[in-house]
Amino acid sequence: MTVLAIRGLNVSFATEGGDLHALRDVAFDVPARRIVGIVGESGCGKSTLINAILGLLADNGRITGGQIVFEGQDLTRADAAQMRALRGPRISTVFQDPMGALNPVLSVGRQMRNIQYRSSLGRAARDARSAEMLQKVRIPDPEAALSRYPHEFSGGMKQRIAIAMALMMEPALLIADEPTTALDATLEVATIELLRDLQDQIGCSVLFISHHLGVIAELCDDVVVMYAGEVVERGTVRQVFRTPRHPYTARLLECDPARQSGRTRHLPVIPGDLPDLRNRPGGCIFAARCDRRGEACAAPQTEREPAPGHRARCILAEAT
Amino acid sequence: MTPLLDVRDLQVAFRTGPMLARRDVLGVAGVSFRLHPGETFALVGESGSGKTTLARAINGLQPISAGSVHFDGQRIDRLGRAAMKPLRKVMSMMFQDPVGSLSPRMTVRDLVTEPFRIHGVRAELAAETTRLLALVGLNDSFADRFAHQLSGGQARRVGVARAIALNPRLVIADEPTAGLDVSVQGEVLNLLNDLRERLGLSMVIITHNLHVVHHVADRMAVMYLGRFVETGQTDAVFRAPAHPYTAALLSANPEPDPDKARERIALPAEVPSLLARPAGCEFHTRCPWAQARCRTEAPEMRPHGDRHLACHFPLAPGARPPERDIPT
Ligand SMILES: Nc1ncnc2c1ncn2[C@@H]1O[C@H](COP(=O)(O)OP(=O)(O)OP(=O)(O)O)[C@@H](O)[C@H]1O
Ligand SMILES: Nc1ncnc2c1ncn2[C@@H]1O[C@H](COP(=O)(O)OP(=O)(O)OP(=O)(O)O)[C@@H](O)[C@H]1O
Ligand SMILES: [Mg+2]
Ligand SMILES: [Mg+2]
Repeated sequence: MTVLAIRGLNVSFATEGGDLHALRDVAFDVPARRIVGIVGESGCGKSTLINAILGLLADNGRITGGQIVFEGQDLTRADAAQMRALRGPRISTVFQDPMGALNPVLSVGRQMRNIQYRSSLGRAARDARSAEMLQKVRIPDPEAALSRYPHEFSGGMKQRIAIAMALMMEPALLIADEPTTALDATLEVATIELLRDLQDQIGCSVLFISHHLGVIAELCDDVVVMYAGEVVERGTVRQVFRTPRHPYTARLLECDPARQSGRTRHLPVIPGDLPDLRNRPGGCIFAARCDRRGEACAAPQTEREPAPGHRARCILAEAT
Repeated sequence: MTPLLDVRDLQVAFRTGPMLARRDVLGVAGVSFRLHPGETFALVGESGSGKTTLARAINGLQPISAGSVHFDGQRIDRLGRAAMKPLRKVMSMMFQDPVGSLSPRMTVRDLVTEPFRIHGVRAELAAETTRLLALVGLNDSFADRFAHQLSGGQARRVGVARAIALNPRLVIADEPTAGLDVSVQGEVLNLLNDLRERLGLSMVIITHNLHVVHHVADRMAVMYLGRFVETGQTDAVFRAPAHPYTAALLSANPEPDPDKARERIALPAEVPSLLARPAGCEFHTRCPWAQARCRTEAPEMRPHGDRHLACHFPLAPGARPPERDIPT
């Protein structure tokens, strides 16, 4: 079963210099009980995608085509009230910046109690549940932490509190936008394990964005690679990380400092810039930076399926 | 050679706790290190261990409760705002939170040229905008955008451009590449490295990405509960971590290979609170190697072979935790 299906999604932002086409024909599935990772260059549209799913695009942003089907319902047609009812209980989120989830003027305990507004539990039982969640994300002195305010915690602690708050509602889909960037390696690994456990316990699906390829490799079942607002490759983590079929994916993996065996001060990069999203090139979106481009790349590329479930938007991925 | 930065026994206290029982806790509990010109020093450690607080204290953004900070031979921890201002030109800070540290009402152009205005530095601002944006890999079309119209990584790059705008001698970078993809991360780190080579820039870099530390830092310090527990040359520490916390940290480092076998040193989840610091060695509550002495006697930071270490029982290279129940 598919919890979330994205089909031909297009999103634009109105800007001074014209429309910025941030997502083009994005399509992929998040199957039930699976963890799907999204990777891609900074600015490739990952956060925009999430905001579109949540109905939280900036005022100048607009869905110009496609469908976002969540549990059978097309969210691009849902009204504001329907979206409010979904956000939180059914689709919960953890963002890059934990302060987005935390209110600076309310104590952590108060905020965690507020989230449970639908619960039949009494106040003491809700606080106990909050403390239990804080314990799970390794906040020291969970009971005492409930009476503290967000600024009294370190960046990483705030992020873990945000995770605890998102997990408390047992959603069908958890969307996490770089939730572990602020955590040290031991906590990052612990958080990955925690997310796995939770996903297992409540049977939810997870859409997980991270720039840390190691974290994606450890946590995710499937991965979607985006470049300049397009999905260029998708498949299982093993397929994509072991045998990348799109040159962008291959280059991205090569740039990971974790893959440089010797110590080096000059890290590999992909030369060139993201294309101007206000004037998207007509052909392959990566062609300008691709060292394997040929004549065929001037035409728009379709997804090829070099192996079952492994898809890449590149002529080189044609099954041989 | 005078060190560029000399931090001695630095402490930072916070008032915290429930309303009626407010008390001081030490966010930084006595830290010393020196940084030489052109050197890159990495601070790693647990989330909440005091890295950002230490960085802010060095920069004069956070009052210190004990110890001293010298910059280029001059004591700077008692300087007021006005006396500190010219120093901020040569000692710049990149903040941990990229979007939150940029004022939303300013355009990218205003943001990257603000350091020139604050410090009254005359410059051709249009040309500087182009130069700085190009350095961080953003084209001119970004100049008129507002901070909230940027992706997380783009905001981070604007932060880098601001920090290097006035060619500082020291950059304290708090998670400079968090939220960047590996290619842009490489660009930012290569850029900082170029500045190091060309201008002798010194750097204190705080990051959770151990792969980054391995490549860019000359020396590193590992923090736990506001103290350094191990310092040394980066390659030596990576080759053979001697403090059990360092060993656990390095063993946790996620690798981009879905099939890689991982020999992790698991730590119990319970992170001690600053309000109730453990007796003895503060890591003993989570240390798989802890022994009776560790529970009562606090280890001092002392030289150990090629590094400094606060541990009664330094690990041999490649040590694995003993098979026994983890103490709680
Ligand atoms: N409100 C907006 N108005 C105009 N452009 C925007 C707006 N929000 C985002 N953009 C642009 O849309 C593109 C996609 O941005 P998005 O934040 O989705 O990227 P991202 O993949 O999340 O990047 P990162 O990894 O850096 O967080 C970027 O080029 C960004 O500058
Ligand atoms: N204003 C404050 N009031 C009370 N306690 C504080 C304050 N600021 C920080 N702390 C505490 O001081 C400790 C150190 O925080 P700091 O932000 O320096 O950690 P960090 O090492 O930078 O962590 P991270 O890696 O998560 O960013 C934490 O326990 C935090 O809760
Ligand atoms: Mg983003
Ligand atoms: Mg910090």
